[in-house]
Amino acid sequence: MCTVRDLVKTYPATRARRGAPAAPAVRANDGISLDIRHGEIFGLLGPNGAGKSTLVRQLTGLMRPDAGAIDLLGHDLVRHPGRAARLIGYLGQESTALDELTVSLAAETTGRLRGLDARTARAERDGVLDELGLADIAGRPLKKLSGGQRRLACFAAALVGPRPVLVLDEPTTGMDPVARRAVWAAVDRRRKRDGTTVVLVTHNVIEAETVLDRVAVLERGRVIACDTPAGLKKLVAHEVRLELLWREGPPLHVPEVAALSESAQCSGRRWVLRLDPDLARSAVAALTGGPAFEALDDFTLTTPSLEDVYLALGGRTQGLVKA
Amino acid sequence: MNTDTVAGTGQKQREVSAVQAQAVTVTGRERIRPESADVTGGPDRPAAEAVPLAPRARLLPALATVYRAQLSRARVARIPLLFVATFQSVGIMVLMRGVVDGGDEARAVVAGSSVLVVAFVALNLLAQYFGQLRAGRGLDYYATLPVPPAAVVLGAAGAYASFTAPGTVVTAVAGSVLFQLPLAHLWILAAVIPLAGAALAGFGAALGLLAPRQELATLLGQLGMSAALLLGVLPAGHLPAPLAWCRDLLPSTYGVEALAHTFRPHTDWGLVTADLAVCAVVAVVSLAIATRAYRRAAVR
Ligand SMILES: Nc1ncnc2c1ncn2[C@@H]1O[C@H](COP(=O)(O)OP(=O)(O)OP(=O)(O)O)[C@@H](O)[C@H]1O
Ligand SMILES: [Mg+2]
Repeated sequence: MCTVRDLVKTYPATRARRGAPAAPAVRANDGISLDIRHGEIFGLLGPNGAGKSTLVRQLTGLMRPDAGAIDLLGHDLVRHPGRAARLIGYLGQESTALDELTVSLAAETTGRLRGLDARTARAERDGVLDELGLADIAGRPLKKLSGGQRRLACFAAALVGPRPVLVLDEPTTGMDPVARRAVWAAVDRRRKRDGTTVVLVTHNVIEAETVLDRVAVLERGRVIACDTPAGLKKLVAHEVRLELLWREGPPLHVPEVAALSESAQCSGRRWVLRLDPDLARSAVAALTGGPAFEALDDFTLTTPSLEDVYLALGGRTQGLVKA
Repeated sequence: MNTDTVAGTGQKQREVSAVQAQAVTVTGRERIRPESADVTGGPDRPAAEAVPLAPRARLLPALATVYRAQLSRARVARIPLLFVATFQSVGIMVLMRGVVDGGDEARAVVAGSSVLVVAFVALNLLAQYFGQLRAGRGLDYYATLPVPPAAVVLGAAGAYASFTAPGTVVTAVAGSVLFQLPLAHLWILAAVIPLAGAALAGFGAALGLLAPRQELATLLGQLGMSAALLLGVLPAGHLPAPLAWCRDLLPSTYGVEALAHTFRPHTDWGLVTADLAVCAVVAVVSLAIATRAYRRAAVR
C-alpha cells in the first residue's frame, strides 16, 4: 500500500548570520524503510526532533528526499511529488494558512481546493462539522478559538474531500479527552466505511497504545523498531515499572530505600524503577509497610508502556509523553 | 513485501528487531482492534495496480475559492490597516495643499495619494503576508492540496487588490474636492484599481515569496511602499534624474499617470490607455514571477 525504502533527508548546514548562529547539517531521516498496509492506523512514535515530521513531509510531497523511494498506492511519489495531494489528506503541525478564516470557511475552502464542486463541498463541510461537534463555533475565526478547538477545526478541514490516505501530524495536540475521542471516532469511521489508511505522528505513548494498529519507533532519524504495540511490549514483558514520588527527599537511611536507589532513575523527587515483578512486589510491600511510607507522596506500579520499550531499545531521550 | 504470519501452536510469534533492515519485515497480521480486520482485505495490492488519483481543482473555481477566503481574511484582520492607508493618503494631500496650488502638481498629488492606498495594501501587506506564510509553513496547506499555483497567487493578489478599492475611491474623491479637480472621469478608477492593483500585488507577492527571510520580505514591501509614496506623490518635474528613472521603473507610476491624465481639462485617452497597458504588462509579468516563486517555495 505504501512502501518507503532507505529514505534519507539532510537539512543543509547554515552559516552564521547576525542574530543567528551557524547550524550544522542535520540528517533528519537516516535510511528509513517502512511498509504501511491498507486500512491500518500506522503510527510514527518518537521524541521531538526524531524526524517524524520530516518523514511525513516527504510522504506528502512537501520535500524531496535526498535518496530513497516512496511508493503510495502504486504511485512513485519521489518522481511525482505532485500526486501526493491527490491521494493524501494531510494535517500539518501548523495552521498558519487557516488562522484568520472561520471554521466553516476553512472546511469549505479545503473541500473546494480538493476539487469538490460547491454543493458537495458545503454538504461535506456540514457533515464533518456536525460529526466533530464544531457546529456551534462554525462561524468563529480560528484565531479566536482555544488551542484545542483550533486543532480540531484544522482536523475537520483535513477530512473534507475523500482521500484514501490520511496523514496526521500530531492531530490531538492540546485537545481535551472529549475532542480526542471525537478525532479517533472520526478516524475509525472512515477506516471502517472507506477503508482509509491513516499515518499518525505522535509522541504520546498512551495514544499510540490505544489507537494504533502498528507503530514504528523513530530515534534520531532511524526506525529502531516496528510492530504492533502489544508485540513491542512483549520485549519488556519480563519487567514492571515502579514509580515513586517522594514528599521531600528520599529517606535514604531506610535500608530498603537505599537498596532501591542504586537501580532507580532519579529526576528530582521522582524515581522510576524497572524491576522483575517479584522484586517489585516485595519492594512495594517493604515501602508501604515500613517507615518509608511516611516520606512517600505517591507511587504507581504498572506494566510496561511503549516508553519502556523505547528506552529498552536504546532510546536516548526522555521525550515521550504519557498522558 | 511482508513475510507471512508465523502462526505456530496458536500463539503467534513475532520478530522485533532493533536492526533497521529487519524492522520492515515484521510478521503478524494480528490487530489490536478486531474491527480493523474486515477492511484489510487480503494481501496488499501489487504496485502495478495504481489507485486512481482524485481530480485536481480546476483553475477558475480554485481561484475563486482562494479569492473568497483571502478576502474574508482581509476583512477580519486588515480593516484597521485600510483605514491607516486611507488616512495616510488623505493626510498627505492635506499637507501638500499648503505647498501646491493647482495645475499638474495638484493632479499628481491626488493621483499619487490615491494609488498609494493600492501600494500600501497590495504591495506592502501582500509581501508581508506571503513572507509570513512561507516562514510559518503556511504554504504547506496549499501545497498539499491539488491546486494550480496560479490560483493561489492570483486569488490572493486579487483579494488584496480589490480590498484596496474603498480606500482608493475615498482618497480620490476627497483629493478632487480638496484641490478642486473634476470628478467626472473618476470612473477610470474601475480600470486603475484592478490593473495597478494586479501589478503591485504581483510585485508584492513575488517579493514575499522570493525574500530569503520573513523580515526581509516585510522590509522590501515597506521600501516598495515608501518608494511609491515619494516617487508617486512628489511632482515628477522636481525630481533629480536618477530618481526620475526610478520613478519610471516603479509599476505604481503608470497607475498614477493614468489617473492624473483624467484630471486634465482635455484628457488624452491615448496616454491613459498606454499607461494602463504598461500596468497590465507589469501585472502579467510580476504575477508570472510570483507564481514561479510560489512553486519553488512550496516544495523544498
Ligand atoms: N527546516 C529545517 N532546517 C533545518 N533543520 C531542521 C528543519 N526542520 C527540522 N530540522 C531538524 O531535523 C530534525 C528532525 O525534525 P522533525 O521536525 O522531523 O522532528 P519531529 O520528529 O517531527 O519532532 P516534533 O515531535 O518536535 O515535531 C530535528 O533535529 C530538527 O532540528
Ligand atoms: Mg514534528
